[in-house]
Amino acid sequence: MLTNMLTKEDTHKQMFTMGHSGCSGCSQTMAVRLITEVLGKNTIATSATGCLEVISAKFPESSWNIPWIHSLFENSAAVASGIEAALQITGKKEGITVLAQAGDGGTADIGLQALSGMFERNHDVLYVCYDNGAYMNTGYQRSGLTPYDAFTSTSPSGKISFGNNRPKKYMPEIAMAHRIPYTAVASVGYPMDLQKKVKKTMSIKGSKYLQVDVPCTPGWKYEPRYSVKIAQLGVQSGLYPLFEAEYDKIISVKKIGKKVPVEEYLKLQGRFKHLFKDEAGKAEIEKIQKIADENIERYGLL
Amino acid sequence: MLRRLLTIMLKEEKLDFKLGIIARPGAALANKTGSFRSEIPVFKLDKCTGCDLCIYYCPEGVVFGDKKTKKYSFDEDYCKGCGICAEECPAKDIDMILVEK
Repeated sequence: MLTNMLTKEDTHKQMFTMGHSGCSGCSQTMAVRLITEVLGKNTIATSATGCLEVISAKFPESSWNIPWIHSLFENSAAVASGIEAALQITGKKEGITVLAQAGDGGTADIGLQALSGMFERNHDVLYVCYDNGAYMNTGYQRSGLTPYDAFTSTSPSGKISFGNNRPKKYMPEIAMAHRIPYTAVASVGYPMDLQKKVKKTMSIKGSKYLQVDVPCTPGWKYEPRYSVKIAQLGVQSGLYPLFEAEYDKIISVKKIGKKVPVEEYLKLQGRFKHLFKDEAGKAEIEKIQKIADENIERYGLL
Repeated sequence: MLRRLLTIMLKEEKLDFKLGIIARPGAALANKTGSFRSEIPVFKLDKCTGCDLCIYYCPEGVVFGDKKTKKYSFDEDYCKGCGICAEECPAKDIDMILVEK
């Protein structure tokens, strides 16, 4: 979908333009670009509070070339529901996509109630959760989607702790449990796969949930150039299974071919640095490997 | 008070927004983010296969080029120098070099 970038002028006409104040190597902006280019200019977007809202709408500038509104932290889904209902009642819904966006905290912790309500009423909205695994905007606090054993500022590692001691919340399965028409998990490591899934949502009526893995340079503590590599390793190790589901049935999974040991994924990131210090850390890596193996078995990734 | 101030500023065309605190679409282009970078990519255009991955993977969307001619370039005003294009190029046809100011 990005094959029309022939000249410098073409790059300035994107739905999400450059000039935003995101970190160097931010993969969330990569995901936003890929998604909005597929949806096109007939899109109305909402953003919950978070990095995306802060970096794209630095007053008096805006990176958005589509109608965009900043909701509160918890109600991106509710605002999008309202927009969709208003379009329906005025008879203008045809050909217009409503896109609700939030981070992992705004989806799985704070915004879960509004999101569940949107699913229940089956509003024709595409909800995208940019999952970077913590509240990165405010200083890397733990969220419900923080992976097991990750260092965050509210789950620090030390003498008696290995970081976050709870597994990542199975958010896509919570969405599937609402029996919505389409649920998908994607990753910025596989942009064509991501765009294919977004394209598919455009032909489906009803609530759609898309969760995208977006590595965060300062929060995950790695060099900016590894953003895509880490996203790909997350998928290949089985820690971030990519799949599509219709209602409560999984219809396709992205096969990983050859399994990559989780060490490869963990050692690139500073937030897992404490696992490589001693023997006790090794036992924790075994536990993470077990989570990956369970995912591989559960979704049939091999 | 704020409204009056804004009206005066708008009359003198000092600010790039309308009343109601709405920024113009794409106004962020005024923000030249090239000053973020310490490294800059060099497209060698030597072994390029025209796969377009540098366009897909650029977080800023500054890379442009034609698949047919296999000529790619980027917008120096906005490139933040993250190096993802150089890391992910399958032909290793992009180099990052340090810039000193």
